[in-house]
Amino acid sequence: MTKKVDIKKLIADNGIIIVLLLLVLVTGLTRDNFFSLNNLSNISVNTAARVIIAFGVSGCLITKGTDLSAGRQVGLSACIAGTLLQTADYSGKFFPNLGDVPIPLVLLICIGVCCIFGLINGIVISYLNVPAFIGTLGMQLMVYGICLVYSKATPLGGYRRDYTGIATGKFLGIPYMFIIAFVIGLIMWFVYNYTRHGKYMYAIGGNEAAAEVSGVNVKKTKIIIYMTAAGLYAIAGFLLGAKSGGASVNMGLSYELEAIAACTIGGVSVNGGIGRISGVVIGVLVFELLKSSMQFLGIPTDYQYIVQGFVIIVAIALDIRKYIAKK
Amino acid sequence: MAEYRLEMKGVSKSFPGVKALDKIHLKVRPGTVHALMGENGAGKSTLMKCLFGIYKMDEGEIYLDGEKMSILNPDDALHKGLAMVHQELQPIPDRTIAENMYLGRYPLISYGPIKVINHKKMNEEAAKWLENVRMPYDPKAKLGSLSIAQMQSVEIAKAVSMSAKVVILDEPTSSLTDNEVEALFRIVRDLKSRGVSLIYISHKMAEIREIADDITIMRDGTYVGTWEVKDISDDEIVRQMVGRELTNVYPPKELSNSDEVLLEVKDLCSIFDRSFQHVSFKLKRGEILGFGGLVGAQRTELMEAIFGMRHVKSGEVIMNGKPIHVTRPRDAIRDGIGMITEDRRGTGILGCLSIADNVSISSLNNYLKVGPMLDVGKIENLVKDNVAKLSIKTPSSKTLIQSLSGGNQQKVIIARWLANNPDVLIMDEPTRGIDVGAKYEIYQIMISLAKQGKGIIMISSEMPELIGVSHRIEVMCDGKITGEVSGEEATQENIMGLATKFN
Repeated sequence: MTKKVDIKKLIADNGIIIVLLLLVLVTGLTRDNFFSLNNLSNISVNTAARVIIAFGVSGCLITKGTDLSAGRQVGLSACIAGTLLQTADYSGKFFPNLGDVPIPLVLLICIGVCCIFGLINGIVISYLNVPAFIGTLGMQLMVYGICLVYSKATPLGGYRRDYTGIATGKFLGIPYMFIIAFVIGLIMWFVYNYTRHGKYMYAIGGNEAAAEVSGVNVKKTKIIIYMTAAGLYAIAGFLLGAKSGGASVNMGLSYELEAIAACTIGGVSVNGGIGRISGVVIGVLVFELLKSSMQFLGIPTDYQYIVQGFVIIVAIALDIRKYIAKK
Repeated sequence: MAEYRLEMKGVSKSFPGVKALDKIHLKVRPGTVHALMGENGAGKSTLMKCLFGIYKMDEGEIYLDGEKMSILNPDDALHKGLAMVHQELQPIPDRTIAENMYLGRYPLISYGPIKVINHKKMNEEAAKWLENVRMPYDPKAKLGSLSIAQMQSVEIAKAVSMSAKVVILDEPTSSLTDNEVEALFRIVRDLKSRGVSLIYISHKMAEIREIADDITIMRDGTYVGTWEVKDISDDEIVRQMVGRELTNVYPPKELSNSDEVLLEVKDLCSIFDRSFQHVSFKLKRGEILGFGGLVGAQRTELMEAIFGMRHVKSGEVIMNGKPIHVTRPRDAIRDGIGMITEDRRGTGILGCLSIADNVSISSLNNYLKVGPMLDVGKIENLVKDNVAKLSIKTPSSKTLIQSLSGGNQQKVIIARWLANNPDVLIMDEPTRGIDVGAKYEIYQIMISLAKQGKGIIMISSEMPELIGVSHRIEVMCDGKITGEVSGEEATQENIMGLATKFN
């Protein structure tokens, strides 16, 4: 009796994931090469960058916030990395006289720059009490503008081999990017579940006023969350640049929306206080599989956007429904 | 006319894993007040939610004036003549009183195809109904400018205006002063004489005695019985409710003999002229210091200021002989003060988190292992200890706090502060909305904390509780301390005298 109810609930709570997995299954059975090692490896690389962004956004969502500047920060980071990591003999070199900058230093610069924007996001949201939706929307525009100014809107290319190698390289057959995302996921999982910061984050999402009364440093916690998020966007942008072998100001456009959608599909509640790293991973994976299946099924790109938008709305509607049904 | 105005027969309701209601009966005669009693978690609210169609009953029937009804949702219930004044009011504070009263049924004027709200008519009607319940507020004033008690009378006026046949009052007096309670009872009697039936949910025995005709008692989701109030004694009611004998309402006090001052407040003034001004008092080690007064006496505001939740213009707070500077709760906690706030849902519980997280949240600093890493094992032990010590009734420490009853939620909040081990614990209405059994347990916890040498400040609007538990009582009126009475000398009369000592 109770078992039956549980199955029903399981289906209702994970409806969208089940539907999308069915789609994947259908694609896999009707199209050759979908389940090929090559395609799976490709999906894992795509997922890796997206999941890193989603990890960042998840913290904002859990504290009832959001971060709409994520995609633009990804783009900025990709552009910064691009300008600093071009080959010496590339004709369109952005800084013609720049020597070979060590890759770790470039990564640190990207993270550093984005963290400044994350810090500003955090301060605006916690000290100026601007709703996260508005604050980060403004930041989205600002970062885009800064990226335009910095890159002079020129497309970047001619990357050094050692940079693009990060995206294409494999260790024992496993793409580096997958390994990087996996390690970051582990760290985030640990932070969410085994640190004071993680507990504070969930408490703020659960009831900010009560958290404050319980002695939680709400402002500081939020600032750390937005800074961490920005740092993760920087890493994602850096990796995406390496993966595509080039970058432009439009890179990362609307990635924040996909990240928010993926988080929601994975059970991060837009009402705050609820969400797990494993859920974020599932959400992003399901979303990437959806995109890949649509490609394999030959659905034109234009229509793919319509489907993706639809999935986002359904996912959030189902998420909200869960909490209404709980009453 | 049917024998009963409202009849609920064999109502059952299950939630996953719990049988919340098991064949409950409720028969309300026309023109009577029917008390519905039971400990928190007995299922009173669930029963009312079934009546209003918020929950779907698994089985059972509802009859209104002898006719079988099915009620789809609260709106449907209203149209059929059932109105409810909620325990936790859900008003829209930024809209006017009239707009709140006529929400969803605004009087309209038609200009051809366009319908516009008739504000004039709405305000006039609202004023008339407010007058009718003798609460002559300006219908154009914002609802948020009223006190909770006043908002409640607006709700009642709304119910009356909809010519409700049955009005449900869910713990209507929990935040009312004695005068306001009198006013409420006047309205209740008035409604009764007009043939309206009322269902009155309350834990307060004296009120039941005064106002109710019949009483139905529930326990753990089951139906215990229905009596006429004159046929049943107070002791019997309590016995039926808890299913056990409760000999003492208050545990014996143990006199503290320490003279050491733990906390001293000197000439504290709020930044608002109308809030507390020039407040000074001392709290000794091992003492339970009560704070009495009417609602609006600024007791909560004073305590929240000491705890750093509100701003202070001038004055001093001295803890263990050292002046402390508190601008936010974190500072107060660092200096050894804990606070259980009045608004449990708003500033107490972390609803969607587990009991474990709720208990440990304010003491995580004590459980850091390396850097920001927490010692999860130690925290688990802490939570387990406290859940056992306070006998919190829960399947596991992983259970979400929002699924517990009010009394158990309150114990979790107390556990949060025990874990933090403050020297001074401020408790603002610690037993509000909590059943008799849990109240007694909370008093015991307070007394044992005092015995351990802590200082406890308790704000309470329930006079017997204030007298029964406190060693000493400060009474406030209109933002000032108007007097102090010792626990032995305290009577309802002398406290009331001080509480109404307006300039």
